[in-house]
Amino acid sequence: MGSVVLKNGEVIDRNGRRSADVVVNVDNGKIVEVGENLSADLDLDAQGCVISTGFVDLHTSLRQPGHEAAETIETGSRAAALGGYTAVVSMPDTTPCTDSAAVVNEVLNWGKSALCEIKPSAAISIGRKGHELSPMAELVDLGVRMFTDAGAGVQNDGLMRRALEYASGIPTPDDKPVVLAQHCEVSALSEGGVMHEGQWSSKLGLAGQPSESEELMVLRDIMLSRLVNARVHFQHLSTAGSVEMVRQAKADGLLVTAEVTTHHFLFTDAACANYGTEFKVQPPLRTAADVAAIKEGLADGTIDVIATDHAPHTPDSKERPFDSAPPGMLGVETAFAIANTELDLPYEKLFDLMSWTPAKIAGLDPIHGGEIGPGAAANLAVIDPNFEWVIKGKELASKANNTPYENKVVTGKIRHTLYRGETVVQDGKATR
Amino acid sequence: MRHFLSTTDLHADDLSDILQLADSFSEVLSRDIPKVPALRGKTVVLAFFEDSTRTRTSFDLAARRLSADVVNFSASSSSTKKGESLRDTIQTIDAMGVDGIVLRHGSSGTPSQIVPWTSAAVVNAGDGWHAHPSQALLDCYTITQHRQRNGQIGRRLDGMRIAICGDVNHSRVARSNVDAFTKLGAEVILVGPQTLMPASLEGWPVTAVSDLDEVIGDLDAIYLLRIQNERLEGPLLPSNREYRRRFGLTAERLVDLKPDAMILHPGPMNRGVELDPEAADDPRAVVTNQVASGVPIRMAILYRCLGLGKFPTPGLQETIDEDPR
Repeated sequence: MGSVVLKNGEVIDRNGRRSADVVVNVDNGKIVEVGENLSADLDLDAQGCVISTGFVDLHTSLRQPGHEAAETIETGSRAAALGGYTAVVSMPDTTPCTDSAAVVNEVLNWGKSALCEIKPSAAISIGRKGHELSPMAELVDLGVRMFTDAGAGVQNDGLMRRALEYASGIPTPDDKPVVLAQHCEVSALSEGGVMHEGQWSSKLGLAGQPSESEELMVLRDIMLSRLVNARVHFQHLSTAGSVEMVRQAKADGLLVTAEVTTHHFLFTDAACANYGTEFKVQPPLRTAADVAAIKEGLADGTIDVIATDHAPHTPDSKERPFDSAPPGMLGVETAFAIANTELDLPYEKLFDLMSWTPAKIAGLDPIHGGEIGPGAAANLAVIDPNFEWVIKGKELASKANNTPYENKVVTGKIRHTLYRGETVVQDGKATR
Repeated sequence: MRHFLSTTDLHADDLSDILQLADSFSEVLSRDIPKVPALRGKTVVLAFFEDSTRTRTSFDLAARRLSADVVNFSASSSSTKKGESLRDTIQTIDAMGVDGIVLRHGSSGTPSQIVPWTSAAVVNAGDGWHAHPSQALLDCYTITQHRQRNGQIGRRLDGMRIAICGDVNHSRVARSNVDAFTKLGAEVILVGPQTLMPASLEGWPVTAVSDLDEVIGDLDAIYLLRIQNERLEGPLLPSNREYRRRFGLTAERLVDLKPDAMILHPGPMNRGVELDPEAADDPRAVVTNQVASGVPIRMAILYRCLGLGKFPTPGLQETIDEDPR
């Protein structure tokens, strides 16, 4: 297969910025050399582009097994690769639920031919029902490092406490810590709610979920993290109050990390004004004050990660009435473009939020999100940061097309993605 | 007017125009043969995905009085029971070539949602908690007719103080009536327990109180909302009895109501809960007038959506000598 050289790009990793060519050995999937005027069997133009470690998504629903009409590991990984991702943590909200060795193995097996690394997460509780713990140690041995009841919060305080304690004692062969990730939602407060409770839900006649339904669980898990000295990762935080609690918990030295999604720093609940189901998501789109707090949290380090909460749904399910349509939206293919367009942050910060830190939380560093230098794994995204394009759901690689960004003009596109040395995206097109 | 989705799409003048048009149709309804050929050849489908007696009957009669062909469709007897999606159902109806779809649906937002799926005019006959614009118009019509009998001519509600009392949050009637009443110049006060009020009244041109006795003496009209039985199963209300005690229009409270005030209710009434039998039968109650207003108002709405849409109304001068059916 030989070698590939990324020509005339600007390399940005945690060691800084430098103009350089990057030569990659396609056969062993490693970087050979970073320097000037390098050559290889194949040239990939990176002129005007930034070369980063590939992105890592902590929150991707790939719908396989169970909902293959909406997405498969193949199509989802293709969308991810087109979005610059070289690894995604798949969510356990599959059918059957990813809570057993059998399903984890199946996902890993399908993941072998994917266009990016598929790192399965598994459920905290059997069936994500919040009653009994999943066989965590067995699943850790298969490579699972993150447990989450994705799409549902663990409602029972006692179960969550025990889950944190149990998980924190599980040894891992690679010494990467096991982390429990929480979808924070107290269902007694959110039940029946289909959007943020406030001015817009009142006007539209839709049942709302108050911010407090999220915040109460954030508060509880911070307390539990303190109680048992365990690591908690907060998924898709959506409210100003949640951001502030995480800020305080970090100041107190607790082992908490947090992610936000691109849609939660772009849209407010006003986006639901025309009952567009593409804007229905869990947690719901909140207010302008929440958006501002999330952006502040991203800038000051309170928020560790930008995740996608990629959630494909078939057109017919999104054509249901707003109150019965499933929540969720596509994300992996557009996340960098949205972040680059909407956030006023330097590339180093964006790459930290989308690659370096999520890779650590997922237990994927330094294979992903490490340094760009000789001997390092060739998991790279080559980004044209000034390329302007229009997002169209039908043109996205996912099987579903439920994007909330339809017709949005964005700046920044992935030109090439290299996964284990293979050029899986070349000139903005997937190669397979 | 292509579709009729919500009063919020309409200006005060549009609302007044529809009330005036309803007057013309009221005249038609008083004829020996209460029917005009205004929508002859047009087909109207009444697509009711939720049970309804008065709204459905009233739209049905209104369409027939305009000589439209009417097809009834109800979810309980249809393919939706077999799992067909709303889009497929609407497109199936559309493919048969209809001019108007009158939609009643339990989910907020469905009327605007189906607009792209059909070439027919869409008329909202009530969606979820969101809007019930024909009800709001017939209520406005009832009030203006009543004021006319008392010598106040006009198609507006200027100077009136109207309380809407009860389960505002879960009420499409309340949302549409707040909009229509205030657009036509009335002052609206919402009355009810906090558990039945919308989470936010930001942008609502109303005041809200949770004590009926505080305001009842100053009202020109009190609009009582129906308490749905399912609200009593959850944590929203302790009991019917407790509701009646705080918010029911009881015989005792009737004394406080002004002699010329109006009592309205969208029906069906829970006698003994939101109002006592004495209130329902009080001469100030206009509940049957509201039902009667339904037909001319819905004729006006259908005519505006499906007819020539012009005003004054050609075709109204024509009479029908015999029922073509």
